[in-house]
Amino acid sequence: MDRLSVTLCGIPLSNPVIPASGTFGYGYEFAELYDINILGTFSFKGTTKEPRFGNPTPRIAECTAGMINAVGLQNPGVEKVICDELPKLKKVFNKPVMANVSGFSLEEYAYTCERLNSCDEVGWIEVNVSCPNVHSGGMSFGVDKSEAAKVTRAVKKVTTKPVILKLSPNVTDIVSIAKACEEAGADGISLINTLLGMRIDLKTKRPVIKNTMGGFSGPAVFPVALRMVYQVAHAVKIPVVGMGGVSCAEDVIEMMLAGASAVEVGAQNLIDPFACKKIIEDLPQAMDRHGIDRLEDIIGKA
Amino acid sequence: MKDTIFTITENKKIAKDVYRMTLKGDTEEIKRPGQFVNIKLDGLYLRRPISVCDCEGDTLTLIYKVVGKGTRQMSLMKERETLNILTGLGNGYDTSLSESTPLLLGGGVGVPPLYLLAKELISQEKKVTVVLGFNTADEVFYEEEFRSLGCDVTVVTVDGSYGKRGFVTDALPSLYSYFYTCGPEPMLKAVYQKTDTSGQLSFEERMGCGFGACMGCSCKTLTGYKRICKDGPVMKKEEILWTD
Repeated sequence: MDRLSVTLCGIPLSNPVIPASGTFGYGYEFAELYDINILGTFSFKGTTKEPRFGNPTPRIAECTAGMINAVGLQNPGVEKVICDELPKLKKVFNKPVMANVSGFSLEEYAYTCERLNSCDEVGWIEVNVSCPNVHSGGMSFGVDKSEAAKVTRAVKKVTTKPVILKLSPNVTDIVSIAKACEEAGADGISLINTLLGMRIDLKTKRPVIKNTMGGFSGPAVFPVALRMVYQVAHAVKIPVVGMGGVSCAEDVIEMMLAGASAVEVGAQNLIDPFACKKIIEDLPQAMDRHGIDRLEDIIGKA
Repeated sequence: MKDTIFTITENKKIAKDVYRMTLKGDTEEIKRPGQFVNIKLDGLYLRRPISVCDCEGDTLTLIYKVVGKGTRQMSLMKERETLNILTGLGNGYDTSLSESTPLLLGGGVGVPPLYLLAKELISQEKKVTVVLGFNTADEVFYEEEFRSLGCDVTVVTVDGSYGKRGFVTDALPSLYSYFYTCGPEPMLKAVYQKTDTSGQLSFEERMGCGFGACMGCSCKTLTGYKRICKDGPVMKKEEILWTD
């Protein structure tokens, strides 16, 4: 019996550690560094219907204990992901992968999810609702509960795989949005996406990020993420995937105590390409230190 | 790419705000001139990408300019202190394309990666001409080092306080077979416009990871979207697309 194993929406994971979307590409580059089959799974780069370059550069800024990114969903588009990226990934990864999907309209979400639903490699579909809706003046789907529910319903209608809604923390009441997604049929919730942030370059007196603002992530956001995971996990019955500033085995344990069934690791992969490997290797010892026998037993026990 | 610990053997100021750090460690993954390393510094979140100036045996030489918190912190480090470094990042310059008389054009802290490049081109028995550009006399470095390798060296300064007055593009030789350059983007653009051969240009961008994962430093080229950290930093002249 494995101490680290958990289940996410009915699919077993050998451990709860999942590199977060946008920090792990489509996986095969990290496979050059270590055997990525040691991961629970990973969430691949946010994929849209059409190919995207993303935002103008600079799109990275450093912060205390974190970073801001405004990459803007650069990706080759869903058809290329299915034809090029997934076959490449298949050679180095033999577990179900989490497909991360973004869209700028309900139709785009539905289209991309339907295409990825047909791929055997895909285990879960993680739907990023932080993108702006082009049909409602660019307001993010994820900041309004009825919009988030509409995305959930649109995606559920065309998929058979578990659908996990990835929520934005830039809202007044994340619990109501999580509940709206659950009622609309979501199989799981993952949170938090990045916090909207900004830096100014003192030399130029202008924002560092060309697009002015971007998503703040890294260890600095961990307490905020943990709090939101705790709140949401106590309000919904579906599994919750916790993320936001997780950078060590102890953070994984804390997230699970707060109610996470699995844990995503984001920015830490970018400063330490071996971060997830180290976390997985460190988990048994960290569990020993804290008297934890099996990870599955501690979910939501805080 | 390799994640390794290096030990500082020397960290010395060689020009105004410019330092040379030599380190000992595992340099196995550094395979071509023009590659860079990414340095983890205590208390700072993102690593600092610095181009490789020289690499021989287990000795790595980096030249960096103090421009912010990270490089200031580096400048205060002493011998025997250690640094966690990701090595062997980026594609580096392709020396096979340059024929017999390559021209190397460096501006400011764009000069360091040209040193290992010059060394390699000289070892291929090529006749190397180097033009180094700086703002003022007190910023000039490595003129003698390039000369000792056997390069024909010209130094220019913007204010004329050392060498010829002007930019590197004001001192182009009449004959060269190919060019390699590294420097600030306006200089790269001028080099692109004023050179009449093929060549390779090394670019800079704010990076997240430095190894191709985050897509933070992407750029558009005539051959598709490229990541400056992984598909670059060196681009061939023929593929460059100036966007603004």
